[in-house]
Amino acid sequence: MSTTTPTRTEGPPPATMPERNRPDKTIGWLTPVVWFVVAFIVGFIVYSGSSSTSSDGKGFLYNTGQAFTHGWVARTLFDPTTAIQKIVVMIVVIALFVAVMGLILWLVDHRRVPNGTVVAGFLGPVVIALAGGLLYPAVRTIIASFQKVNGAGDSSGWTGFTNYTHFFNAANAPIFYNTIAWIFLVPIFATAFGLVYAVLVDRIRLEAAAKALVFLPTAISLVAAAVMWRYIYYQPSDQGHGQVGLGNALFTAFGGTPQNWLIKSPVSTLAMIVVMIWIQAGLAMTLLSAAIKAVPDDIVEAAQIDGATGIRLFRSITIPTIRPTLVVVITTIAISSLKTFDLVLVLGNGITKNDILASAFYSNNASSQPGLAGALAVMIFIIVSPVIVFNVRQMKKADANR
Amino acid sequence: MATIAGIGAVALVLSACSSSSSASAGASTSGSSAASSSAAAPSSAASAAPSSASVATSGSPATSGSPATSGVSTSGSGNATALSDDATYCPYLKATWPNISGKQITVYAGITGDEGKQLESSWADFTACTGATVKYTSDKNFEQQIVVQAKSGNAANLAFVPQPGLLATLVATGKVVAAPAAVAANVDKYWDKGWKTYGTIGGKFYAAPLGANVKSLVWYSPKMFAAKGYQVPTTWDQMIALSDKIAADSSGVKPWCAGVESGSATGWTATDWLEEVVLRQAGPDVYDQWVAHKVKFSDPQIAKALATVASIWKNPKYVNAGIGDVASIATTAFADGGLPIQSGKCYMHQQASFYETNFKGTPVVSPTGDIYAFYEPTMGDTFGKPVEVAGEFVAAFSSNPEVQAFQWYLTTSHWANNQSKNSKSRISANKGLDIKNVADPINKLSVTILQDPKAVSRFDASDLMPAAVGSGAEWKQLTNWITGQDDASVLSQIDAAWPTS
Repeated sequence: MSTTTPTRTEGPPPATMPERNRPDKTIGWLTPVVWFVVAFIVGFIVYSGSSSTSSDGKGFLYNTGQAFTHGWVARTLFDPTTAIQKIVVMIVVIALFVAVMGLILWLVDHRRVPNGTVVAGFLGPVVIALAGGLLYPAVRTIIASFQKVNGAGDSSGWTGFTNYTHFFNAANAPIFYNTIAWIFLVPIFATAFGLVYAVLVDRIRLEAAAKALVFLPTAISLVAAAVMWRYIYYQPSDQGHGQVGLGNALFTAFGGTPQNWLIKSPVSTLAMIVVMIWIQAGLAMTLLSAAIKAVPDDIVEAAQIDGATGIRLFRSITIPTIRPTLVVVITTIAISSLKTFDLVLVLGNGITKNDILASAFYSNNASSQPGLAGALAVMIFIIVSPVIVFNVRQMKKADANR
Repeated sequence: MATIAGIGAVALVLSACSSSSSASAGASTSGSSAASSSAAAPSSAASAAPSSASVATSGSPATSGSPATSGVSTSGSGNATALSDDATYCPYLKATWPNISGKQITVYAGITGDEGKQLESSWADFTACTGATVKYTSDKNFEQQIVVQAKSGNAANLAFVPQPGLLATLVATGKVVAAPAAVAANVDKYWDKGWKTYGTIGGKFYAAPLGANVKSLVWYSPKMFAAKGYQVPTTWDQMIALSDKIAADSSGVKPWCAGVESGSATGWTATDWLEEVVLRQAGPDVYDQWVAHKVKFSDPQIAKALATVASIWKNPKYVNAGIGDVASIATTAFADGGLPIQSGKCYMHQQASFYETNFKGTPVVSPTGDIYAFYEPTMGDTFGKPVEVAGEFVAAFSSNPEVQAFQWYLTTSHWANNQSKNSKSRISANKGLDIKNVADPINKLSVTILQDPKAVSRFDASDLMPAAVGSGAEWKQLTNWITGQDDASVLSQIDAAWPTS
């Protein structure tokens, strides 16, 4: 029975996080390999997605031209035709994607890999996806906007700025006027309505229900909303067709004669803007309501002690406090109005006087005019850029204030 | 590491199969492929238009089952018996293409549903005669899929292409095989000259015509005409005089109704009007030059034709019967455009033979019934009897003997009669088609018009023009035109959209 003080035995060292600062030369070759694998995967997706593989129908790893006379499994994997087979393929592919990504992440999470490998593993897929899915199409669009179109509907040959100047004439001027009207009217009115409504229903008994009513349109897809409003604006009939449009029913009840609301500019544009306001007001109301509730009570009380009431209180206290949110809401709605094309597609009847940039882009793109469509896309990009920059800055400000 | 690459590659092969449009519906498969039609427009539920623009303009909506019709006495066409090859087709097949028994011919087309099934049963005696079988695959996304399949080199042996413009695209892939001499000889024998030119690309004859439909019809109600004592007009001037009479006649009734709204294809019905007038006013030669852009849209002859259309379409006294004012043409769905005829509000509606399916209920379609149509009359005798037509063409991707045999068989008058016997909705412009075999009164009328010795057929111009114009700018600008845009700027905008190179 020795009473020696126990000496500290060298046990296993306490588990610490592996140090990532020392590049480990032993498996430094892993970095390029990981990059290569990621690039290979994305490249292969792009490659297989392109319809023209090779002239004889022989694909990279399998022959598309062959009939798959093997069993159900092989047919399902390589030549899915029924819905069930396609769902099976989808599940298999998702599982494989998860497996491959998991493997990459597990590899780079090893304790003895250099920093570069970790960066490559985590950032690589995102960088390549963004480059392939955003940057490359953007560059292609800009190039196409300076090119002519050949008989097969493909871009070829330089043409300078003619695709841009094509829109600067009397026939196409309405596209720009309408776009400006959309950018300004929709955010201003939707935000104003949302703000007033949010203040009015604040802290009443049925607040949740009242808010839900206004928020519902936001949950409807734009196309569905457009179809609904198409019937509201339904054309008049001077003989026997019967009035079905709610819009004209109200209009005639007040003594007007039925109008064709979606044909005569500028009324038609305003009619479509009303639909967009109806959709966007819910979003504005929700965000602004949350902001109003966040106004500190002590400030409000202090203002009330100073004798501020009603409008004065709202103007001097509430508005300055929620200003960052207000700006973000306005810019967000402005951006969505600039991108709206489905509303105009359904309600505008393909008339140029009803078009805005986004819908004109769509119709030109759909009718084999990549040059003109590209020019419009670039113009949308130019217009939306300052709005987005402003929006991001305001968001940062709003965050800093919290 | 190699294993990772391997797994990744396998994953990608699989994902490529399931999600890309890389020709997964090969000739060997039945049913449609995983068609991801990227260009599909968000279909507006408000429009009861055909699902795709191409279908709308090529005019082959699947007319599955037409309304019941009363028996109509027919005047048999005179030349059908003279052009009959019922007795000779089988010996010729056996002599020209021996040893094809047991071989399979694959056919791919956009004709689906009942119409597709009827088409399949129409070539049963080809198999009986030669022993070769035909495998027919149909797909609603035919127009997009066939291009993909042609490019990747695994298209079916034969494809039924509904637009000459699309045929040109397919020929440009270098995969379409020129038609054999026997097919060309049959087309010369049985079809009007024009039909051969639509299947001819760059001076080489590729595709023989298959089915047809007639666009030069004006729908009307024989009962309404009889009640008022109106006569069916036989000249353009008579038609205008009748329009004036109807407009002046009773209280607030208008003669014409129309609609151009058709989802993303809004405007296409207006192109038909313009084409009909160009064909009658300026003549077939100018029409051909117009299609080739040798005569521009801004040319005085085309401008004059548009002004003529305006004298009907933009005349508030004439339109839009039973619906609204002139501008309401733009918001009326093409499928609803002629419906006021049924409610007694509208007297005339210009639309192709396939419009019949859009009428509600089961109207009696006959020369004395609720609904019928008359040939859109000529403006004079200078250009014969112009007929605007549409239809399908048979493009071959293989020159195997069994494929050539079937190509030839489809050009026989024997098969043209088989087709109409098996399908109520399908006719051919083949002159050997015996009108006795056509059941539907409107199709009977169409065949009579097509087989008229004076008939000068021209294919729908917008189907022949490049897509940027024929299914783009022209539709859009004519819609603008209905809503008040002036003629000159409309025409110059269409010209500006014409591909430059």
